[in-house]
Amino acid sequence: MRHLSLPAERASLSSLRAGDVVKVSGRLVTARDRAHRRALELSTAPVELKSVYHCGPLVRRAGDGWEVLSAGPTTSARMEAYLEGLLERFGTTVIIGKGGFSEAALDVLRRYGCVYLSFTGGAGALAAAAVKKVLEVHWLELGIPEALWVLEVRDFGPLVVAMDARGGSVYARPASGQE
Amino acid sequence: MLDSLIELIRTAVVRLPPDVTAALEAALAAEEEELAALQLRLMLENAARAEELGVPLCQDTGVPVFFLRGEWGEVEPLLAEAVRRATVQVPLRPCIVHPLSRENTGDNTGAHVPVVHRITGGERSVSFMPKGAGSENCSAAAPLPPSAGAGEIAEFVADVVRRAGAKPCPPVVLGVGIGGTLEHAALLSKLALLLPLGTESEEPALAELERRILREVNSLGIGPMGFGGRCTCLGVRVLSAHCHTASLPVAVSLQCWAHRRATLVERSGSWEVVQP
Repeated sequence: MRHLSLPAERASLSSLRAGDVVKVSGRLVTARDRAHRRALELSTAPVELKSVYHCGPLVRRAGDGWEVLSAGPTTSARMEAYLEGLLERFGTTVIIGKGGFSEAALDVLRRYGCVYLSFTGGAGALAAAAVKKVLEVHWLELGIPEALWVLEVRDFGPLVVAMDARGGSVYARPASGQE
Repeated sequence: MLDSLIELIRTAVVRLPPDVTAALEAALAAEEEELAALQLRLMLENAARAEELGVPLCQDTGVPVFFLRGEWGEVEPLLAEAVRRATVQVPLRPCIVHPLSRENTGDNTGAHVPVVHRITGGERSVSFMPKGAGSENCSAAAPLPPSAGAGEIAEFVADVVRRAGAKPCPPVVLGVGIGGTLEHAALLSKLALLLPLGTESEEPALAELERRILREVNSLGIGPMGFGGRCTCLGVRVLSAHCHTASLPVAVSLQCWAHRRATLVERSGSWEVVQP
């Protein structure tokens, strides 16, 4: 299984193919609907957003800091409206979430050289085991789930390369219907 | 009673019910697609780890929803207090916000939250089923044509699941309510989710509808987390009510694989938490 260091340069991601399974280590920033919206409205954020995790963690105060107890991914489709703005303004190269984006997003990911990795939805306890430290937290006034949590993760995964930077996707086409 | 209610909440968010674990194990045994099998394995591994550590298995500890059976009097203040304390003690993620300002209340309570449904009949009990947003955002209700019949109902449900795709964390569990009025069909769809997996309706026509929906949904090929494979749905239950001659309300509540629920029952004079 391939290991990626975060933040990752585009060149190191171009060989990833939809269906590959990887683990990641390094620095991840959680962002959901409200953080995306605010970052794009302000056109700035208090932290770099090279590696974004669609997640609203379950945390507990631990001394002066925070402990992450459960931190699985949230539904990425809600953040698709902000995808192109995020990649253009913040140069994001890795997004981790669940459920994927629509097929239209494949072209956006390709143009900006970004890969989309899926972690198992609901697997909050497993994800929390990979979080070694909460490095920073910003925009807590948006509420705990919507804040920007800067996490140090080690061997987070296995993650599935669900949408690669070359137009590939593992999402199953529904067997019937118009899509 | 307050401590029992907190224990009820803790059990529901920490421990995956045995019927769901068994259904995931059966799905894994039947799965041939590598990525789909990997997802099912991780779901089971996660459930085991959460139980071992005593932490919520999913960070989305959801909207708190209680179902009261039998006579409870004015128990509502106690339920809200149990949610507030569980938010600190378990802990739960503060998920509840004002619908317009989106300001988080911080303690998982608010106007009409926790949601409380009072059910007449049956043994005196309190069930707790936290409802996560990923799956609830894909739930749907619609007035179907009165002449629709089982085929069109199954088609409607399959279409809701097809449009949901990977979003609700499949394999999903489906609660379906048919008949009554629109809000009653929606409540029936939630009550159907409380029933144990692996059971079916005692009414032959409804049992046949449940099997038909399960067959059609599993033929969609969405699979665990949307990666294809055999298992898109772990189980379907349908509850029905009679309805107006000119209408056929149908509601479908999607539940993620992390189908969390627990019930508080009285056993020889003390309260005990049980799971299906």
